Amino acid sequence: MAKKKPDLAPSSSSNDAQLRRDLLRQMLLIRRFEERCAEAYALGKIGGFCHLYIGQEAVGVGAISVLRPDDYVIGSYREHGQALARGMSPRAVMAELFGRADGCSKGKGGSMHLFDRNLNFLGGHGIVGGHIPLATGVGFAIKYRGGDQVCLCFFGEAAVNGGAFHEALNMAALWKLPVVYLIENNRYGMGTALERASAINDIAERACSYDMPNEVVDGQDVIAVREAMQRAVQRARSEHIPTLLEVRTYRFMGHSMSDAVSGTYRTKEELEEYMKRDPITVLRTDMTKRGEWTDDDMTALDEEVKAVVEDAWNFADASPEPALESLYEDVYVDTTSDAPVGAEIAS
Amino acid sequence: MPVITYRDALNQALREEMQRDDRVFIMGEEVGVYQGAYKVSKGLLQEFGEMRVVDTPITELGFAGVGVGAAMVGLRPIIEFMTWNFALLALDQVVNSAAKMLYMSGGQYNIPIVFRGPNGAALQLSAQHSQAWESWLAHIPGLKVVAPGTPYDAKGLLKSAVRDDNPVVVLEGEMLYNTKGEVPEDEYLIPIGKASVKREGEHCSIITFGKMVLVALQAADQLAKEGIMVDVVDLMSLRPIDTETIVASIHKTNRAVVLEEGWELSGIGAQIVDIIQREAFDDLDAPVLRVHQADTPMPYAKNLEKAAKPDAQKMIAAVKKVMYLA
Ligand SMILES: Cc1ncc(C[n+]2csc(CCOP(=O)(O)OP(=O)(O)O)c2C)c(N)n1
Repeated sequence: MAKKKPDLAPSSSSNDAQLRRDLLRQMLLIRRFEERCAEAYALGKIGGFCHLYIGQEAVGVGAISVLRPDDYVIGSYREHGQALARGMSPRAVMAELFGRADGCSKGKGGSMHLFDRNLNFLGGHGIVGGHIPLATGVGFAIKYRGGDQVCLCFFGEAAVNGGAFHEALNMAALWKLPVVYLIENNRYGMGTALERASAINDIAERACSYDMPNEVVDGQDVIAVREAMQRAVQRARSEHIPTLLEVRTYRFMGHSMSDAVSGTYRTKEELEEYMKRDPITVLRTDMTKRGEWTDDDMTALDEEVKAVVEDAWNFADASPEPALESLYEDVYVDTTSDAPVGAEIAS
Repeated sequence: MPVITYRDALNQALREEMQRDDRVFIMGEEVGVYQGAYKVSKGLLQEFGEMRVVDTPITELGFAGVGVGAAMVGLRPIIEFMTWNFALLALDQVVNSAAKMLYMSGGQYNIPIVFRGPNGAALQLSAQHSQAWESWLAHIPGLKVVAPGTPYDAKGLLKSAVRDDNPVVVLEGEMLYNTKGEVPEDEYLIPIGKASVKREGEHCSIITFGKMVLVALQAADQLAKEGIMVDVVDLMSLRPIDTETIVASIHKTNRAVVLEEGWELSGIGAQIVDIIQREAFDDLDAPVLRVHQADTPMPYAKNLEKAAKPDAQKMIAAVKKVMYLA
């Protein structure tokens, strides 16, 4: 299943070492951020559905690290990590989770609907599979304008059994659209194991129906995710060929905040087995072996990201609740387009 | 003034808006090579090419979503549903994606998209192909919904829909495409959210929209022969609804019948009656009645279908009843 680890020469450049440090920092930031989310949820500061990304950090961080600022990212409701990896401010994300006016979606979206137009982060979407056709549409728009951007679309493995997935991938392959469809195969859709929901277990093969390039990737290895993503992005950018990546990962927490981490649909033993390949540990171990990372470095980094998360928490806590008048705002825009021919077509 | 069909009026609107703005494209089943299932998009492929006139696989959910995604990043899609019966498969994208995106993104992503196609019954197409979905669609905050009944209104409203920066649903009619009316050569727009009084009268108001406007006018003609003059209010927009024009008409006539193509329960008519009782209670001289489709799936047999559909005879009977003449 897993791709072989890249044979990086021990004497890899300092650029590579810097890249690994950046990736580690991002993963650790997401981990510490979400640990505080769980705490805030227990305190009632975060409500509703809240789906944590803990265990899957290498997927979002690795894949997004390959993109340009003018590319697009779209995901499901399990998107805190992707939002942070794309560069969204931890303050704005935490304030959104707290339902406050300074949240990235002004407190109207919550955990499942994080958006940032400045970063081309096209949201968090709550209907399983529903956003996959949107990604195809973004790819269509890129091609329509003659651009060379790419759209990266994240979704869980349970979404591949639904019609939206098939309709969207068929059109993307048919029309040759620059989209990377990334399955985060964490083995379970809520409590239903992949094998209990899909007629085939190697779901990357679903791409064969659309003659689409596909690859199975080790989702606990951020470098492996990056490299597979680089190949996919290259195909999308230069040839407008879409790709289906099946990235195999595992979630270390429950489906959302309201269910047990293990004991019903998966055993404690299984969970513990998978937790041995924590994506942060995998990268950290590699960096230590290379002699570019020490325990002291780790302690310092941890202090630094914890301070960022603490600041985000304090910011969110101090942010006001949305004004009651805002209830009726942003249902409609009151503008129309009278743009002259050719406006905004150039990419 | 030229007299053209409703179909050609829509075609003109599409062509003019696509000429005006390169970001506008049309996508749907059979819109290109086949020239449109009902020929509304006739000639567009030849004029604008296949990047802007896009034939899709039969995937309502998929291509409605493609439209929303394209709209998020700056294009202005017109999504044609062969009929709204099939759009049921796309409702997740219309409701969950298009209508809510602006709100749940805190105002960051508006969706300038048009979803259009014929709505309601044609002739003997039976249960699955004869449904009027306006009350479902008008229910959704974040959507605008228009239902033009004449060629003039169809052109002006479709052009406004394309220019609107919100998602707009345009409900047309298979039985309307061949109907004719005057459409000026000069450009015009009809604002979304305004009703029009299609005929003036002082005895009773008929409040209706879409395909039923023609039925209301037929009924009005016959009633006029008996000396009963009705006011025909064509709502044109079902979201937002022009309360002012409704109330002004009731103020004049003191009686009303609401006519719609769809079913009774939770229909548009129920909402209109609610507006009337709240805003014009003191003007009323009789309870407001409703004419609508029978509360059954649409049958195939000619006689049963006729019995199920609202028509001028049923309308006339209802008007006489609110006037205490029957
Ligand atoms: C269409 C739809 N059906 C059901 C749900 C409820 N639901 C939310 S998440 C989920 C499981 C999805 O699993 P997967 O796609 O593998 O993603 P993961 O949660 O593992 O990230 C379900 C059933 C939903 N949101 N949308």
